[in-house]
Amino acid sequence: MVTQSLEAVLRNHRFLASLNPEHIQTLISCASNQRFEKGNYIAREATEADSFYLIRSGTVALQIHRPESGGLTLNTLGEGDILGWSWLVPPHRWHFDARATEAVRVVALDGRCLRTKCEQDHELGYQLLKRFSTLIEERLEAARLQLLDVYGVAAR
Amino acid sequence: MTARDPMAPIPAQVQKLDRENNDTFTLHVAAPGSTLPSFQPGQFDMLYLYGVGELPISVSGDPEARFSLTYTVRSVGKATNKLVTGSIGDWIGVRGPFGVGWPMDKARGQDVLLIAGGIGLAPLRPALYHMFRYRPEFGRIILAYGARSPGDMIYRNELAQWKKEPRTQILSTVDYGGLRWHGNVGVVTTLLTRVKLDPPHTIALICGPEIMMRFAAMELTTRGISKERIYVSMERNMKCAVGLCGHCQFGPYFVCRDGPVFPYTQIEPWINRHEI
Repeated sequence: MVTQSLEAVLRNHRFLASLNPEHIQTLISCASNQRFEKGNYIAREATEADSFYLIRSGTVALQIHRPESGGLTLNTLGEGDILGWSWLVPPHRWHFDARATEAVRVVALDGRCLRTKCEQDHELGYQLLKRFSTLIEERLEAARLQLLDVYGVAAR
Repeated sequence: MTARDPMAPIPAQVQKLDRENNDTFTLHVAAPGSTLPSFQPGQFDMLYLYGVGELPISVSGDPEARFSLTYTVRSVGKATNKLVTGSIGDWIGVRGPFGVGWPMDKARGQDVLLIAGGIGLAPLRPALYHMFRYRPEFGRIILAYGARSPGDMIYRNELAQWKKEPRTQILSTVDYGGLRWHGNVGVVTTLLTRVKLDPPHTIALICGPEIMMRFAAMELTTRGISKERIYVSMERNMKCAVGLCGHCQFGPYFVCRDGPVFPYTQIEPWINRHEI
């Protein structure tokens, strides 16, 4: 039952669109449903990045910790977004904190498990890399726009 | 207004001035003894500051308000500064409305996605008022609003009110939230991943800085919305407001007369040209 539910979630997710059924099954073997309550950390900066997450509901703040003032949110992720690519890029450490800003439901994908599967099946590795490189490009573009201060008078 | 000389301003008096944020104000004007012209959502008026200059400002109030006109103005220069630092009872000149507004007829029966950046929410607000007034005639209303910071957001009370409207999704985000902000952080286009779109039945209306509008249009096409369903409100140096002086020329168009709202397909060949 749980497997079926996961299959439906993965198959219908925009990020995994057109991934073949065999590869979806491989992902399922590394996947689990998880829930985080508001305020809980999903990931902590500098710790091992051993997962990535498909956010099913709720919002997650990507934060950087500032001494004496706490977490500063750099980006908010929500339903349909992907959290984390550090599982794919050595040294597999989180660069930011990820904190649930409301109750969050995710599908967690085990990074170690997936890295092993990708080494065994390069087509799966290629398919995932294609998707993650697009995701990284989107986030880079968004970060550049965010830095531009596009609403400032000088940018108009 | 069509019977009037479009170059002759109607004297109007500032009735109320609301501070939206550090540099942006909403002013309400009325014309005692005469009728102020009605407008379509997305159109603009020329506001004349006697002895200072004239400004093109989008009308930001309710299109069906009969006795006053509302404008949201950001202080960025001499004339806008004079306008927002004025007093209740000050006289200004109003001429208009000018230009082409939002395609409300085409939006009827459709889901309407509004993407606003910064003060770009002001020209979209009359469209929201119109749709809320005639709510059954429209599908879902989705507003994605981006601002520089929480303190830079405008219409904050109304944003909260609009969330209560039926079949309405109001999303907002800021580029920099600071430590006490618990809302979304990120550029406005990132909000679109949270919206379930029905591309063949969605009309998108975009208003904000031109860079933002270009990226928003690109994101929408990636999400399956055809360019024919995207409309943007352009901003150029409008002076005469009737397509005579040429100050607001944009490729083969005059923004004051042919816009400010354009179908994206109409201006796409020009919006990415550096020379224009």
